[in-house]
Amino acid sequence: LAHGAGGKATHTLVEGLFVEAFRNPTLEALDDAAVLSVHGTRLAFTTDSYVVSPLFFPGGDIGDLAVNGTVNDLAVSGARPLYLAAGFILEEGFPVADLQRIATSMARAADRAGVQVVTGDTKVVQRGKADGCYINTAGVGVLERPVTLGTPHIRPGDAVVVSGPIGDHGVTIMLARGELDIEADLASDTAPLPGLVDALLDAAPDVRLLRDATRGGVATILNEVAQAAQVAVVVDEASVPVRPAVTGACELLGIDPLYVACEGRFVAVVDGTQAEAAVAALRAHRLGKGAAIIGRVAADPPGIVLLRTAFGGTRVVDMLVGDPLPRIC
Amino acid sequence: MLAGAGRIRVRVEGIVQGVGFRPFVHHLAAEYRLAGFVGNDTEGVFAEVEGEAAAMASFVADLSRRAPTLAQVERVSTEVVPPTGQRGFGIVASVTGVGRATLISPDTATCPDCLAELSDTADRRHGYPLTNCTNCGPRFTIVTDVPYDRRATTMAEFPLCADCAAEYADPQDRRFHAEPVCCPACGPTLRLVDADGAPVPGDPVEAAARWLRDGRIVAVKGLGGYHLATRADDEQAVSALRAGKRREEKPFAVMAGDLRAARVLVDVPPAAVPVLTGARRPVVLLPRRVDAPVAASVAPDNRDLGVMLPYAPLHHLLLSRLGTPVVLTSGNISDEPIAHRDDDARERLAHLADGFLVHDRRIHVRTDDSVVRVFRGRELPVRRSRGYVPAPVTVPWPFDRPVLACGAELKNTFCVAKGRRAFVSHHIGDLENYETLCAFTDGIAHFSRIFDVRPEIVAHDLHPEYLSTKYALQRDDVELVGVQHHHAHIASCLADNGEPGPVIGVAFDGLGFGSDGTLWGGELLVADLRGFDRVGHLGAVPMPGGVAAVREPWRMAVAYLDDIYGDAVPDLAVVRRHERRWSTVVALARSGTNSPRTSSAGRLFDAVSAILGLRDRVTYEGQAAIALEQRARLDERGGYRVEAAGPVPFVDVGRGLVRCVVEDLLADVDPGRIAARFHHGLADAVVRAAEAVRESTGLTSVALSGGVFQNVLLLERVVCGLETKGFRALVHSRVPPNDGGVCLGQAVVAAARHRADLAA
Ligand SMILES: [Fe+3]
Ligand SMILES: [Mg+2]
Ligand SMILES: [Zn+2]
Ligand SMILES: [Zn+2]
Repeated sequence: LAHGAGGKATHTLVEGLFVEAFRNPTLEALDDAAVLSVHGTRLAFTTDSYVVSPLFFPGGDIGDLAVNGTVNDLAVSGARPLYLAAGFILEEGFPVADLQRIATSMARAADRAGVQVVTGDTKVVQRGKADGCYINTAGVGVLERPVTLGTPHIRPGDAVVVSGPIGDHGVTIMLARGELDIEADLASDTAPLPGLVDALLDAAPDVRLLRDATRGGVATILNEVAQAAQVAVVVDEASVPVRPAVTGACELLGIDPLYVACEGRFVAVVDGTQAEAAVAALRAHRLGKGAAIIGRVAADPPGIVLLRTAFGGTRVVDMLVGDPLPRIC
Repeated sequence: MLAGAGRIRVRVEGIVQGVGFRPFVHHLAAEYRLAGFVGNDTEGVFAEVEGEAAAMASFVADLSRRAPTLAQVERVSTEVVPPTGQRGFGIVASVTGVGRATLISPDTATCPDCLAELSDTADRRHGYPLTNCTNCGPRFTIVTDVPYDRRATTMAEFPLCADCAAEYADPQDRRFHAEPVCCPACGPTLRLVDADGAPVPGDPVEAAARWLRDGRIVAVKGLGGYHLATRADDEQAVSALRAGKRREEKPFAVMAGDLRAARVLVDVPPAAVPVLTGARRPVVLLPRRVDAPVAASVAPDNRDLGVMLPYAPLHHLLLSRLGTPVVLTSGNISDEPIAHRDDDARERLAHLADGFLVHDRRIHVRTDDSVVRVFRGRELPVRRSRGYVPAPVTVPWPFDRPVLACGAELKNTFCVAKGRRAFVSHHIGDLENYETLCAFTDGIAHFSRIFDVRPEIVAHDLHPEYLSTKYALQRDDVELVGVQHHHAHIASCLADNGEPGPVIGVAFDGLGFGSDGTLWGGELLVADLRGFDRVGHLGAVPMPGGVAAVREPWRMAVAYLDDIYGDAVPDLAVVRRHERRWSTVVALARSGTNSPRTSSAGRLFDAVSAILGLRDRVTYEGQAAIALEQRARLDERGGYRVEAAGPVPFVDVGRGLVRCVVEDLLADVDPGRIAARFHHGLADAVVRAAEAVRESTGLTSVALSGGVFQNVLLLERVVCGLETKGFRALVHSRVPPNDGGVCLGQAVVAAARHRADLAA
């Protein structure tokens, strides 16, 4: 099994194996969360596992990620997150003080997101069998708004919006590993997004789709959107918000910020006529100050993400099969 | 009927249509006093002749020996048929059918007859910039469909006038069935418009020449696309062109009016004369004369200059009016493909061209100028495109099933193959550019249609991120064959030479995806068409920052120096130049974060180029390696001696060479000498490694491929060394050693595997 960077390899695995095994219409949608109807109430339900090294980094730790990640998967489904379950897999000898620190940040994050951790589980495995601490969280939320989000609603002419500067989290983690001796004034963007999603949906009722841009970054999300909706997504390079510190670190590391993970940013596809209002509403919110329209949906070429570069060229932004690997001969 | 008389049926295959073949057969029959007929069908040319046996034998022999300039006769077959007593000779109507085995000629430089008419004030085509005949003119670039016929070209919209129609219909005329034939009365017209599209009054050529003389930039519509032209000796003009094109340093090609004018710019060795003046008219890279009147920014840091001679009537008219050479570079911005549609060209080039010299003959397929070097009297292709494509590369082994080979990623070409022919496409370019990707997919569809190849086998690279690989994987209902990149390079060299192997293969390039998932590029293989063993390779070093290490060769200096010296790197200028980021890049290399390891020879050249202070950053592919070749002193014969044998031949060569480079540099040896010694040391190591492989395998032929072997300094020393040691060296002469040749290798590998499967 190859180690996936969240690209096509993981996709193939998920679609080929799990969807095949568990086949049902809800799963087949492969959305961030499953939307379920229970006695007339629409619920959103999701789960995610958190594996990160280092466990503690500028701007947060694995605990923040475990809460915010699942909360955000619910939020971008249009739901108000309510309850979480948390499962811990701990390596024998893991310091209790560290676990205490993680639990505290989980509690604080849950509080901020307006959810409660209501059930959980803990397993301790032998030394060397886990990388310190893994966390799985699951969450339920309720869909109170009449909105239906999903790729079938996407139309040519829609605008593509990001809720803030991209790549902060992924670059922070790479630097926090301490191997690179790069000084950068950066912190993870990990944050709960329900409030920001509310602000957006209030301002732009015709939001077509929301996705949190985690593993694989904005580029991967846009490819998923283009393929699922069979539209083109045309991104304007100059309008993609990236902090100078992230740009600098990415240049040094030789990576493209479009593929770097965020933990507190979403991509929204919005009716083109409501794009300005959407961005204004996002910018008015504490977590959306760097929101921007980064591109448009077009009819042609279907399934492809294009980047208009500063020189006026047009580059194909493809979904990566695995880890980024130079293609130049 | 005379004694010894008989009748034979003759079939001629190859490029034999639209090149004046039937009138040629007609003349030949008359010469040998033979009766009969000749015609075209989907297979080529068919004929029957009746007469003296000896005369018929000479006739058959002459069909290939004396064929018209543009014809490429691949096969002549005959069978005896009963005599009919026919008198006289006729050209019969074309037979059309379902098969499409006929070949389309490449675009061809204006022939001497047309040139004579062009300057003959009495000729009705005097000064006509779109004149052509069966022996010259546009072909591939204007073909929209098959069969090859005026209706299936972009000339369809220009009905022939009575004079042209008469020439077209007359078997005795040079323009008999020349599909693009036209004249000032019926053909496309030339115009000069300013940047806003407003027509400029007066003679367009005269006015354009005046603008060029004044140092302005003029977009000129050529055969395969738009060029941008400006005076080659005007530094200000050339710099403006660079700024407008956003092309910082990559050399520009220069067009000289004729051979004499070319000799003022470059040294033209005898072997280069036919290449320069031939019908294909590539850009030829030749040693620049020290006193060449060429602006510095035409080809910075290069002692070679790319020169070509006029190949379209318009070029002849313009250059003779102007009287000085011009820079003639593809009409595009940065890495985009060359503009070939009028509206698109106007839009993209208006900001940098002062005017457009255009005509209304549409270009259907965009083709760039071809580029060649001359190595030991033969062409060494660097870019195989206009003038060469779509003439097939024939190989001695059949493609039993139709093959599509998708090629690589940068410098992409693809090919479709059937029979013994591989139709290698024109230069497509870097697939990451969307327009280029479209040219790739459209090109595959066009080639499949015009050569009637419905691929059953699709060959592709193993690199999972190549867009050509992804394209292949999307094709269903075909058999997919993945071919390792360097195996494809060696196989392309075998196909180029018509040899099946096995050979010792030396594949040196920038990067290619290895069978083990790492990046290769300094490879010693034992290979045949079916498979290969990796018997040696350069030691792998990290590429700190992945693609960033390709763009910044100094990072490869970090990788090599850290690998060799660890924390005790000597005090070198390259370290001081990058003091601020050096330790960070060392940490990046050591951590492995986005720093894949590679055995690439190209990256070794990069490291040495940076250590010598030649290039820390590159603005085009291969720039650092080119700088190293161009800087090497030709009077230096010495070379570093490093170990190439051992259990894994070659593994310590890179490190050993860099160590020698550093020692010489610390001893204040001239960098030009160090560059030469490095080239020689690497070449000598290749020869010693080949000897080691010969000892264990008995193989005595060595195929040299990969982009690094465009370096003729390296190539010459390797070939010379191999020959001294009793090897046969196989080098490229039909397809480029770089990734532009990879598709051919993929195709022959896929076909060979298929043949092996059938045999098993
Ligand atoms: Fe290559
Ligand atoms: Mg998730
Ligand atoms: Zn001619
Ligand atoms: Zn005419």
